[in-house]
Amino acid sequence: MLLELRNVSKVFGGVRALQSVSFDVAPGEVLCLAGENGCGKSTLIKIISGVYRPEPGAEMLFDGKPMEGLTPGMARSLGIQVIWQDLALFPEMTVAENIAFERNLGGRPRLVDYGAMRKIAAEMLERLGVGIDLDTPVRELSIAQRQIVAICRALIAETRLVFMDEPTASLSQSETDALLAIVRRLSADGIAVVFVSHRLAEVLEVCSRVTVLRDGRYVGTFPTEGMTQTRLTELMTGQTFDQDVRAADRTANPVVLEVEGLTRRGDYQDVSLTVRRGEVVGITGRLGAGRTELALSLFGMTRPDAGTIKLNGQPLRLRSNRDAIDAGIAYVSEDRLSLGLVQPQSIADNTVIPVLDRLLGPARLLSERKKSTLVGEWIKRLAVKIGRPEDPVNTLSGGNQQRIVLAKWLATEPKVLILDSPTVGVDVGARAGIFAIVHKLAEEGMAILLISDEIPEVYFNCDRILHMRDGRLIDEYLPGTVPMGRIESQVHA
Amino acid sequence: MVVIALMCLFLALTTDTFFTLVNLFDLLNISAVNVIFAAGLLVVLIAGGIDISFAVAASVVQYLTALTVGHLGGGNWAVGFLVAGFYGFALGAVNATLIWRFRIISIVVTIATFNLFFGALMFFTQGVSIYDLPDWWLDRIILFEFDTANGFAELTLPVAVMAAVVFATWFLIRRTTLGRQLYAMGDNMEGARRIGINIAGMHYLAYGWMGVMAGIAGLMQAHYAQEVVPNAMYGRELEVLAAVVLGGARLGGGRGTLLGAFLGVMLVAITQNGLNLLGVSPYAFKMIVGAVILVAITLSGSGVGNLLAGAMGRDKRRAVAT
Repeated sequence: MLLELRNVSKVFGGVRALQSVSFDVAPGEVLCLAGENGCGKSTLIKIISGVYRPEPGAEMLFDGKPMEGLTPGMARSLGIQVIWQDLALFPEMTVAENIAFERNLGGRPRLVDYGAMRKIAAEMLERLGVGIDLDTPVRELSIAQRQIVAICRALIAETRLVFMDEPTASLSQSETDALLAIVRRLSADGIAVVFVSHRLAEVLEVCSRVTVLRDGRYVGTFPTEGMTQTRLTELMTGQTFDQDVRAADRTANPVVLEVEGLTRRGDYQDVSLTVRRGEVVGITGRLGAGRTELALSLFGMTRPDAGTIKLNGQPLRLRSNRDAIDAGIAYVSEDRLSLGLVQPQSIADNTVIPVLDRLLGPARLLSERKKSTLVGEWIKRLAVKIGRPEDPVNTLSGGNQQRIVLAKWLATEPKVLILDSPTVGVDVGARAGIFAIVHKLAEEGMAILLISDEIPEVYFNCDRILHMRDGRLIDEYLPGTVPMGRIESQVHA
Repeated sequence: MVVIALMCLFLALTTDTFFTLVNLFDLLNISAVNVIFAAGLLVVLIAGGIDISFAVAASVVQYLTALTVGHLGGGNWAVGFLVAGFYGFALGAVNATLIWRFRIISIVVTIATFNLFFGALMFFTQGVSIYDLPDWWLDRIILFEFDTANGFAELTLPVAVMAAVVFATWFLIRRTTLGRQLYAMGDNMEGARRIGINIAGMHYLAYGWMGVMAGIAGLMQAHYAQEVVPNAMYGRELEVLAAVVLGGARLGGGRGTLLGAFLGVMLVAITQNGLNLLGVSPYAFKMIVGAVILVAITLSGSGVGNLLAGAMGRDKRRAVAT
């Protein structure tokens, strides 16, 4: 074994983040570290990379030798590298300098050798079989390319073990495939890769074994051969989930949202669709297909060049998103951290932002009483786990933050709800909870448009699936009548 | 760049004195002190900080240097640079300590030290100026002179010092590993910490460099003005800051070039010079300089770049999502 851990525990102010966890990695192996948010994955990675010290009694061996008093520097010199989710790159600097930044560190101050840095960077990119221009500033790269730059940087040293924290969270399917190919290549070179991911399909595809943690405890390590997504979910959450296709024929219901010939040059062309009362319609397709752009127009944030949008048969002229909100359209953005929530503000304040004008008391001042009634109601209806409504919203987990975003928009009492990638960065257990809410809202008569590039998500939760490519709707599928695999191969073809 | 070129063209056509060697050399002589400040401030901005206190720090250094060389029995240029550089560094180190050790954001710290330095200076000097500076400090040094039809065109010592300082700063930030670490820290502080950059050291380097530049600028300003007046440089900090930002340095760190900072200072100087030559009332100067800065930032590359970044912002924000 390359790395062997026994009896690793970590306590933060009385809270047990890890409880006698075992973990081992063989040379050149691709192993998955799975578990829900808050299960202790990051704590474990930080212990192995020397950021945190484990509690006394832990046994940690690397190459059979004990690692004592491990510091981040020591971990690096042993060949342990971590690629953090936020990548820690320098956006203003060029690709070459980012990859070979190590050359600027350590020892006494000296002259910068740009030539040597370019050479190292070029070799690394070639080793991964990727072509990225060395002189481009990193801020101009796509997320997938940044990911590759971060991997190249981690491989500069004599790396033997790489941790990748959620490397595919914001990649499209084809970009993910390219990344997984790189992971296999590293493994073939004898570098062990520990993969942390929420996407179970790719975990099962690329890893040979999976170690599961739950609530800081070690559940076990399992070979991925013969493992199913359902089984893995159960191991991670300790609950059983049954997934059924929800799809039903709702053509008897009245049409709520009707879009005809909607076009915005460069974004999407000639889009026509309907969403009926109580219907969940999925829009899928690859990243960049124009899904989000379409949603932004339906929400009044951008103006289409041509076409009509009707709500309950009435044509809408959306000059701004305020018009859309007033008409009864709500949009839950894909990027809730920066766009959906005002992070340092309280849970209560975040919930009531779009409906402040309904909370006015006498003298047109904000009524605290009306506010707390409304907030209380939604927190209860969506089963959000919170301390107090006054707590800052950034103290919540991803799944609960997503519920607050939902609550915020549901408080506007929309007729149409547009959900853009609602489960990005949300773990499996919490996903099921969010979809349970979506189904309930549909039952109550809301028309829902669900945008996602995860086929299983739309397959199991939508009545109809629209396939978008290069700005056009090219196909429609009815889940249950078409096998999921066929939709997947169509979308990724 | 384009803005400067257009403005120069306009002034060259509308006045008959702008495009003369005398006037151009004068512009350099006048701007030298601000360019030296700008070089220091650029380093701080690149490192992700800001400094409001440097101009009054330069005044403090002038007094301390005058006192010290008096004690040393006169001194000379070499001693003057050493002493001014030392005091400047010390004041910069005060800022660095407060910012790094106590984790206070730089704008708050330097607004406080701006008041502290200036208040202490006024209190201890009672607002009294110094006129009897040593001869070496006051004697004009002309490096270069031409007899032209419009009079003597001359380049003075501050311009040479400015050139040296600009070169040294360029060398620091572009050619040394320390400079690259400064850029990295300003670009992504957390990333810099994780990769193992000495964050404390970088703070002392950035604010210390700013301090040394402020010290040298103070020395040059007293040489140019032939006196040390406590409030002589009060208010310069915003002028220089505006010029450096105009030159493309990013508030927030990680981006900025010396050429940009130099051109930014020159643009402000040319505007004032042009207004002067056009015979505009001096009372209108500040207003017009403010308007020119706004126009230039809107038109310049960084302005356009920001607009583009806004349009493509969705991609960027995707990076921090999840």
